[in-house]
This record gives sequence, structure tokens and C-alpha cells, in this order.
Amino acid sequence: MAEFVMPSLGADMAAGTLANWRVALGDTVSRGDIIAEVETEKGLIEVEVFETGVVEALLVAEGEKVPVGTVLAEIRAVSAAVSAPASVPPSESAPGDIISSGASDVDLDGPMASPAVRRRAHELGVFLGGVEGTGDHGRITLDDVQHLAGAKAAPIASGDRVRISPYARRIATERGVDVLRIGGTGPGGAIRASDVLGARVPEPRKSVSAAERMQSAIAAAMTRANDEIPHYYVEHSIDMGNALAWLRETNASLSVAERLVSGAVVLRAVARALRKHKKLNATWQGGEVVPSDGIHVGLAVSLRGGGLVAPALRSTDEGSLSDLMARMTDLVSRARAGALRSSEMTSATITLTSLGERGVESVTPIIFPPQVAIVGCGATLERPWVVDGQVVPRPIMRVTLGADHRVTNGHQGARFLSALDGLLQEPEKL
Amino acid sequence: MTSDEIRAVLLSCLTDVAPEIADEEIADDADLRDELDLDSMDILRWVQGIHKALSVEIPEEDYGKIASLEDAIAYVGTRL
Repeated sequence: MAEFVMPSLGADMAAGTLANWRVALGDTVSRGDIIAEVETEKGLIEVEVFETGVVEALLVAEGEKVPVGTVLAEIRAVSAAVSAPASVPPSESAPGDIISSGASDVDLDGPMASPAVRRRAHELGVFLGGVEGTGDHGRITLDDVQHLAGAKAAPIASGDRVRISPYARRIATERGVDVLRIGGTGPGGAIRASDVLGARVPEPRKSVSAAERMQSAIAAAMTRANDEIPHYYVEHSIDMGNALAWLRETNASLSVAERLVSGAVVLRAVARALRKHKKLNATWQGGEVVPSDGIHVGLAVSLRGGGLVAPALRSTDEGSLSDLMARMTDLVSRARAGALRSSEMTSATITLTSLGERGVESVTPIIFPPQVAIVGCGATLERPWVVDGQVVPRPIMRVTLGADHRVTNGHQGARFLSALDGLLQEPEKL
Repeated sequence: MTSDEIRAVLLSCLTDVAPEIADEEIADDADLRDELDLDSMDILRWVQGIHKALSVEIPEEDYGKIASLEDAIAYVGTRL
């Protein structure tokens, strides 16, 4: 049985609210399907499943906020899935209940269990497939079912397991009671509804807007990055004359729908430069550098209502420039509409941020953990430039690389920027 | 097509690009990039929307001529 957990959608995320389920019990899902929406400080994120199988249990109700790592659902692999026997009625659950698919748990050809045990398992939503009972010849007993039911109701929260009934958990969610802070009077310390009802309800907190919450989350992540990552910076001025001339010529020959923006050209150049400078395209995890399996550049997108997200464009170095432009447009639109996917929020291997359109001459960006580098682009401005011994006006863009000194040093960073410069002199090859 | 009708189409295309501006009052002479925090990709998408809605093609070198709503209304009005 695979567990579908509350994902970490960024270094700054400690918990998320399950906003909507996109699936129901018994639905067949495939790897990559979006099965839930999670509300975070960075908006509503669509969350994909990484298993193919049948939705066996939905363990967290819509609207409930749970810590990262909490099991939200259980997915049974397709090969192990069995259809529900006709003799077992479907479970009855009110909308919003924390529920599990009792009916399909019963496997008539599977484990040995008496009808009474099977019925009790169904009532408690316990899946008996693969269970080794403690009775004679592995027979499953009522005690086994009770034990499994207790384990099933226990969510993972901040590393501790809390035993709580689904009903009590729903009340706790509705009343805003933190189940980690109350004692249980049920068997084995399990929390009952009465325990929740008797707990002190926290004072209502001051109303905080979504933009303020996002800014707080960004501040927390950037503070951590500044504290933990030994940044170094190198800057390079790039003559964008060739790139802009090529872009003008290319766009003149394209239909309106196919036009490119200079940001797409720079994005592609950054990705291609990383092919030869792989150490900048990595993450820092558990005290060591972890090379990335692909080049997935995170694009810093400012939200008009305030806030910032940096979703990833997967395989940024591959495909045509037109394809990259289309994907970039789609990603930015969805970022601003609050419709990003979990994989886009977690898979960036480096970040590109550009403030040039607002006239900023250069950017000194802070790395997004666990990444180990970030590229900042300033405005492309006409500057006096020496070409063939003559001072001429040229469109110059200042690019800054911020990188993690635990992984690379300034020399490697300078070589990356030099490679980026070279690629932008031959834009037709991008 | 009257100026008011063109204005309505341009605003509709703009709202498609930036739905969050739907309820905002936009002064006709305001610089759209500054007023609505639009970037080059937003402008391109707006130009694409105008092309689709009115079959008016705005070349890149003319983006400066549609900087405000009144500029854009005048520009589009002469090309319908």
C-alpha cells in the first residue's frame, strides 16, 4: 500500500491545508494524475500522485490543515486491487468525513478471517489483504482488526503518531484544536471527541491576508538561506546586441501567436550553460551536494497582488525555443492564477530571477534552498561599449550569479557566466 | 466600431491576461505597464488577444504606441 502524503512544496512550508480531493474512494489513478489541491502560503497547488493504483482510503478531510509528511490517502497498487464483493454494502460516510474504502478491503480469497472479523474490519475501514493474523494458522482476530484500526487512525504529525478517532479529528479541525497538545482518555491514550470538546479553543488570530502569509513564508525561507548558505556573487556584463537583433528578425517572420520574448532566450541560454556547469545545477541535502537528474530552471514570478513564486520549467534545456516560450507562458499564467502543480513547486534545480523590466540595473539574489545557485538579470540598457577599438552604444545586460560556496567557488561561477555570454552571442543555436 | 466599443474589447483582452485587474479603475492615459504591473510577456499576450479579437496585427516596434489605453484605442481605431 502506497502512502500519499502532504508534500513539502518549498523549503518554507511546514504544513498545508487539503483544499479539495479530485478523486473518490475506489477511483483508479495513474502516476502523474492530479488527485488533490493543497492550499499553501503560495496559493492553491495541484498535487500529483506518484503511484498507479486504486484509492484505498482518504484519511484527511477537505479543509483540514496538516503538517508536511502526514498521510493523506492510501493507494493500493493495481496488481493488488480487487473488486468489492457484492455481499458487502458500500460504506456510508457523510461528506467531509475522514473515510476509507471498507468495501474493497475484503478479499474473499485472501487472509483467513471469520465473517464477524470481516464485518468489523469493514466497519472500521481496515484492509485485510496481506495481513498476518495472530490467531491459529495466521487467522486474523478481532483484536488484530482493532489494532490495525488504531494504527490507521493515527496520522503522522511532526514526527509523532497521534491516536485519534476520525470523528474527533474532524471536530478538532472545525474548532481549531491542536491534537498534539491534548491528552487522550481512550484506549492506549487515543483522543476521543469528548477530549477535543473539553480542550481549550485557541484565541482567534488576527486576520492575515494571503499576501502577508506568503511574504512571511518568503521571509522565513530567505532568512534561513542567508543564515545557512555561504553565498558568493560574481557579475558579468553581456552585450545583448546579437540576441536582440536575432529576436527582432525572428519575430518579424513569425505570426503574432508565435512571437518570442527576450526572457525566453535568456532562460534557454541559462539552461544550456548549465549543461557544462553541472555543479551549479544541484541541491544541498543532508550536508552534501546532490546532482540533479535534469535541468529544471525555476522562474521567479512576481504576483501582482504581492508575493513571489518560483515554479520549475522541466527540462529547460531541451526542445525548441517556441516550445519553451509556450511552456513559459503557460507556467507564468498559471502561477499568477494560483494553479501550479506540486511537481512544479518542488523540482527546480536552479532559479532565474529578472527585474530588468522595472529598470533595475543588477540583482543580487538569495538562493532558494535546497538549490545551490541563482541567476539574476538586470535591465538591458544602452551603454558605451568598446567594439573593435571603438566606443559604441550597445545594449548591455548585467547578470549576477549567486552560488553556494560549499559546492562551487567564484572561478566556476565566472566560467558559467562566460559560457552564458557566449551562448547569447549565437542565439540562433538556442 | 466606436471608441467605446474598441475600449471594451481592449479591456476584455487585458482582463484575460491579468484577471486580477477586473475590478480596477483604469485611467485612459495611465501607462499600463506601470499602472497594472504588466511585463513584456503580458504585453505580448495582450497583443495576441487583440489580434484574435479584432484581426489587428501590432508589430513589436509599435508596442510603444499602445502604452496607454487611449493610445491603444487610437492605434487600433486607425487599423480596423
